[in-house]
Amino acid sequence: MIYLDNSATTRAHDGVIDVVQDVMRNVIGNPSSLHGLGGQAERLVTQAREVIARFVGCDTQEVLFTSGGTEANNLAIKGIAKAYQNRGNHIITSSIEHPSVFEVCKQLENEGWKVSYLPVDQTGRVRAQDVEKEITKDTVLVSIMHVNNEVGSIQPIHEIGQLLKRYHKIFFHVDAVQSFSKIPLSVTECGVDLMSVSGHKFHGPNGIGFLYKRRGVMLDPLLTGGGQEFGFRSGTHDVASIAGLARAIVQAEKERKAFLMRSRTWKEMLIDRFRQDLSHFTLNGSLSACSAPYILSISFPGLKAEVLVHALAKRDCYVSSKSACSSKLEMPSRILKAMKKTDQEALGSIRISMGFDTTEQDISMFAETLIDVVPQLQHVMKVYTK
Amino acid sequence: MRKNCLLLRIGELALKGKNKRDFEHQLMDNIKNKCKNMTGISVLKTEGRIFVEFDDQDLLDPVIEELKTVFGLVGFAPALRVPSDVEMLEETALELVRQQVPEVKTFKVASKRVDKRFPVRSQELNHRLGGYLLQHYPGLKVDVHQPDLIVHVEIRGKHSYVYGNDIPGIGGLPVGSSGRVLLLLSGGIDSPVAGYLALKRGVELQAIHFHSYPYTSERAKQKVLDLAKQLTTYGNHIRIHVVPFTEIQTEINKHCFESYSITVMRRIMLRIAERIAQSQNALALVTGESLGQVASQTLESMNTINEVTHMPILRPVIGMDKHDIMEISRRIGTYETSILPYEDCCTVFLPKAPKTKPDLHVAKKQEAKLDLERLIDEAVIGTEVIEISNEKEREFSYF
Repeated sequence: MIYLDNSATTRAHDGVIDVVQDVMRNVIGNPSSLHGLGGQAERLVTQAREVIARFVGCDTQEVLFTSGGTEANNLAIKGIAKAYQNRGNHIITSSIEHPSVFEVCKQLENEGWKVSYLPVDQTGRVRAQDVEKEITKDTVLVSIMHVNNEVGSIQPIHEIGQLLKRYHKIFFHVDAVQSFSKIPLSVTECGVDLMSVSGHKFHGPNGIGFLYKRRGVMLDPLLTGGGQEFGFRSGTHDVASIAGLARAIVQAEKERKAFLMRSRTWKEMLIDRFRQDLSHFTLNGSLSACSAPYILSISFPGLKAEVLVHALAKRDCYVSSKSACSSKLEMPSRILKAMKKTDQEALGSIRISMGFDTTEQDISMFAETLIDVVPQLQHVMKVYTK
Repeated sequence: MRKNCLLLRIGELALKGKNKRDFEHQLMDNIKNKCKNMTGISVLKTEGRIFVEFDDQDLLDPVIEELKTVFGLVGFAPALRVPSDVEMLEETALELVRQQVPEVKTFKVASKRVDKRFPVRSQELNHRLGGYLLQHYPGLKVDVHQPDLIVHVEIRGKHSYVYGNDIPGIGGLPVGSSGRVLLLLSGGIDSPVAGYLALKRGVELQAIHFHSYPYTSERAKQKVLDLAKQLTTYGNHIRIHVVPFTEIQTEINKHCFESYSITVMRRIMLRIAERIAQSQNALALVTGESLGQVASQTLESMNTINEVTHMPILRPVIGMDKHDIMEISRRIGTYETSILPYEDCCTVFLPKAPKTKPDLHVAKKQEAKLDLERLIDEAVIGTEVIEISNEKEREFSYF
């Protein structure tokens, strides 16, 4: 099996599985219980929180565990919108955000908020100066992702953060789901107030993530109840998953650098092979340093991405069309459209995404398979072949 | 040839006459202890200066972080040690400036020729180095009054040191240079701050905590251990005595006037603390009392309570407002732990109307109803001793 859909989800690392299993077996208390077993579970959560805070470069109270990236994004955006509605009613975001940001903004628009969706260039990047152009006296929040999930473009977070430092009343949220533990982002240097992270994108457990929330920033909670997570996110702690998440972060830190170097070489290698042996395809995004090396998006105009995904799956190769959440709808990708791709290109795009466990053999075998499959499909679909 | 180091300023220690050597050694030991997990670090004294030297440039920031929690340091500056040679000095000064441009716009050179055999005089060296720097950074300006950066050059025999601005340290005296004390650690906001301030004056800290299980939970005890752990950042190692206090509290509750329960309880605590202090060769008790803050901290109360011991009781926060205490507690990282809402021995049997001006005779009469000697003996014997080190050991080895 060749699994190259790591931006959708990753296989949990063995060490993570061991930790989760061991905690489920042995740490049985509810961290909110007063007695000793509760105390033990709470200490484990605290220790995990410390580990995570160290990697983020923040205080422990700035880490709020959530059920994952979608909840973190919802909590950040709705939480700010509700808590600071007296400051204004304007949000700036990009046209290429993940649905858990984009749709939240749409929802807020129905509630009377104004949202500016920034355009992107051909490589899928927002321009920092465009952020500044959109700022009004009513702007409360800027929400820009770090790495785009469909094409891997890296957004100028540092630049945007620097310019936002001049606007003290505007909060800055970064959806770092696709980048965390892979491409470093210093929340302090970049002036980030809120950052969303999800565990299963870097070989951690599903259903766990966290929101970094800078000290002093208020949020209206989505979930109220027992007052866990400093009152910002009630609900019994998922102790095992939290421990697994911390374990995954520690593991990722060990593997990160080598992974980035490997994946950069592989991405180049794949493009080279395709250029040699395939025709009628385009690269979405770029090969530059402004693109995550572990995500590669290519379009085969005239082919349907869905057909290509199935054809590859038949050969035991797994990749995605668009992002996993929306793959089932046949609509040209909003993100590729924002990058001024044609409908044909947008409908025929697949995403190849690598994980820490991807091997060189996976990459070369995948290249062979794709080079075999695509021309056949292009022939059937009467796409001009050479 | 060139060596990364940190040059330490020890301020107050220099005043301490013949004891200076002991203080310095204590300080150096404390620094070594702090950096014991880093390799390639040495702490040494040459020509009246204390230096931390290290090979790996990446260690600079971690070492600075550690030094920021060492009492006895007024300041320190990252420095480079080079052979005493004018061209070498020029190059090194240039490198120092390069690291700090563009934040730095004005500078001056302050040379000190400790070794008078060096052929270039200080003034001349200032001019020469200043000129050299201006040549390479024409945008810079010399400002002899309030420069952004002072380029210090110290010629000390074979070697010279080049360093920039001082990073402020936390001052105080080296921990361990002033003798041992016993801190009454409750789990509130004040007592950890009192412990911190005592440490700042160079004491070696032990702590005592009164634990009334099941009226106070294991969480309350854990909280106190966590606080002690946080204090080890400044105090290296803290021994904590956890005194079983349940029976004493229930006895007081049963036999004494409710309004005197706090007074009697505090008197008993002091007696036990004195016993433990004596057994540990501690020379004073430390409390987090702040005058007038609560019923037991009025002057009348202090008189009545203090009467049971002849030991000096240090009250470092006595003159501080709650606000000031909270500020320190936030800075030293104990605040968040202190405000965790667990019952402690002072809140669990809290009387509705405690006496703010307790009378000594009444207090004694109330106490007479208790089998004091037995209760205190049993509490002392039953005391659990827990050693808290500044090691970052972890309960779970999952990550």
